Amino acid sequence: MTNVIKAPASSAAGRAAAKKELPEHFRAYKHVWVFVEQERGEVHPVSWELMGAGRRLADKLKVDLAAVVIGPEGEAARNAALQSFSYGANLVYLVADQVLADYRNEAYTKALTDLVNSYKPEILLLGATTLGRDLAGSVATTLLTGLTADCTELDVDSDGSLAATRPTFGGSLLCTIYTLNYRPQMATVRPRVMPMPECIARDPGRIILHSLDLIEADIVSKVLSFVPDRDSSISSLAYADVVVAGGLGLGSVENFELVRQLAAVLGAEHGCSRPLVQKGWVTSDRQIGQTGKTIRPKLYIAAGISGAIQHRVGVEGADLIIAINTDKNAPIFDFAHIGVVTDAVRLLPALAAAFQARLSPRLRDRVVSHDFRGAPQRRRGP
Amino acid sequence: MHNVVCIKQVPDSAQIRVHPVTNTIMRQGVPTIINPYDLFALEAALELRDKFGGEITVVTMGPPSAEDSLRKALTFGAERAVLLTDRCFAGADTLATTYALATAIRKIGKDYGQPDLIFTGKQTIDGDTAQVGPGIAKRLQVMQLTYVVKIGALDLTARTIEAERRSEGGVQVLRTRLPCLITMLEATNQIRRGAMADALRAARAPIVKWSAQDAGVEDISKCGLKGSPTVVKRVFAPSARADKATLVEPSEEPAQALIDTIFKHQPKLEADLAALAGNV
Ligand SMILES: Cc1cc2nc3c(=O)[nH]c(=O)nc-3n(C[C@H](O)[C@H](O)[C@H](O)COP(=O)(O)OP(=O)(O)OC[C@H]3O[C@@H](n4cnc5c(N)ncnc54)[C@H](O)[C@@H]3O)c2cc1C
Repeated sequence: MTNVIKAPASSAAGRAAAKKELPEHFRAYKHVWVFVEQERGEVHPVSWELMGAGRRLADKLKVDLAAVVIGPEGEAARNAALQSFSYGANLVYLVADQVLADYRNEAYTKALTDLVNSYKPEILLLGATTLGRDLAGSVATTLLTGLTADCTELDVDSDGSLAATRPTFGGSLLCTIYTLNYRPQMATVRPRVMPMPECIARDPGRIILHSLDLIEADIVSKVLSFVPDRDSSISSLAYADVVVAGGLGLGSVENFELVRQLAAVLGAEHGCSRPLVQKGWVTSDRQIGQTGKTIRPKLYIAAGISGAIQHRVGVEGADLIIAINTDKNAPIFDFAHIGVVTDAVRLLPALAAAFQARLSPRLRDRVVSHDFRGAPQRRRGP
Repeated sequence: MHNVVCIKQVPDSAQIRVHPVTNTIMRQGVPTIINPYDLFALEAALELRDKFGGEITVVTMGPPSAEDSLRKALTFGAERAVLLTDRCFAGADTLATTYALATAIRKIGKDYGQPDLIFTGKQTIDGDTAQVGPGIAKRLQVMQLTYVVKIGALDLTARTIEAERRSEGGVQVLRTRLPCLITMLEATNQIRRGAMADALRAARAPIVKWSAQDAGVEDISKCGLKGSPTVVKRVFAPSARADKATLVEPSEEPAQALIDTIFKHQPKLEADLAALAGNV
């Protein structure tokens, strides 16, 4: 055997025959749960996105949607519980204890596995964040059940099984994965992959309190400190309404400045394709795509990006995708809504000027008229 | 100290192509590499060994050809390589993988000394799940530190370790107990150029090869396809969007033309953008 790749076609064929024969003791597992992730008192928006997805699954299965809130006692946990109802939960399981103030794997794993063993959900969804992935892997192993990471689509099959679809082989193909005979069926979803559901004020439903039964002395790991990022706690790129990104087609790190400038004019965030991170032109938190951030802006402008599948999966949720590329056959034109076949290095500054003139007419007089054929690389004034 | 580094041999996915008609992976000639994320784990282990002495054992579960990746790991300076290979491991999902690897790590502990730290990469480039590290830790009942950016104070007498780990909104600094499983974040170090002596040694070094039985697997039904709760039912290509992009006609004022097209496409956007731009 010289090749390690499992052919997807054959493995799929081999396993498609697998049958659902759910053991008796798992039949009592009912309802859909969403883990509501909090860090330092703030709910990660991915939890609400999951609540939207969980609501759809619960409606299809005709079961309840429950939010699982785990954290320190206090207002933040209470608010998270109440908000869960606004995002569609029917009930909330709340484990509130001071030892849960900071995320620690031991305590959170115990809290979540205890809840699952006590109340038996059939589906458990978590955000594919650093916290969610750390926790999901531990919980699934403790429960000896299946966990499908980074799903891009969640659905319920005709026999009531969770059909979890995710990219495979570096994003070039998709596969649908089932946990047929174990419960709960666990899945994680990355931030921004699912749309944000509406938040509608509703009367709070039932909140079920569950005690942790763990004291500080039982927990081995101690948090010594926490150094918050200077940027806001939730990545601004993933949640931006407008994103301007550049790729290798820009040709130089200096030209990437044009992306930043257009982003500044639009009040947008800037991003990039992976090669720019690898070249050290841009920091990795700005990478968009399968191994970077998933974005869902109202407007996405991609300049000098070819549109490889790994990039595409991170931007497909955008309402409007604009591609600027010199190659009219670039794959990005297959999924962009509007394309311009031209040199991005020339178009970007002109676009910045034109947007500025259009969006803030008051400033129109101050905008120097821009010659599109002018020197491409010169920076505009400070 | 004794550190175990789990690595995986993966196809160099930069070179994977999907057959346009049959939607199968075209495997011919795709070279394999050590999962790039694992090299950060290996380098972290090497740096600790340089500082504290001791040994590094690299372990992988894979087909016999995964020996190549183990030899490569030896060229960087690892002392010992264990290849876990058996037909019964084939088709393992992450849960079955952690069962096999945890079993092998227990055996490594018995044969070569209990590990102080067990390393894995953050995730693999072919599976992308990030589940195997936490899974091994749970199976072995050891502490876990995921997404580690920096390993701090290590006290082999008190059996404690401090590390900084990435979380969504910042960096969390923790102290925990050994043995501990660490998944290293990418770009936290750079794999060294192996020494010539190691390269020579790696070419000839014996690779420890264990079947499931050799590794001490007691329940074969927990391995491979059989031991995997997840089932891949369908593999398919992403659907292409029916309509291609509307191309903006070349003109004297392409920027203006583009903006006009954008707002014609989505008239509501103009007010949204004006509000955003106004906030700058
Ligand atoms: C496992 C794996 C994960 C990956 N994850 C990601 C990820 O998360 N995100 C990601 O982006 N990539 C990812 N990639 C890489 C991805 O496959 C592509 O290689 C990458 O997206 C290409 O980047 P690019 O479009 O900037 O560069 P290229 O593919 O080189 O494209 C440059 C484009 O610029 C155009 N161009 C050239 N000059 C100009 C000009 N003057 N003006 C306008 N256009 C011009 C060219 O026509 C071309 O289309 C991943 C790859 C692998 C294997």
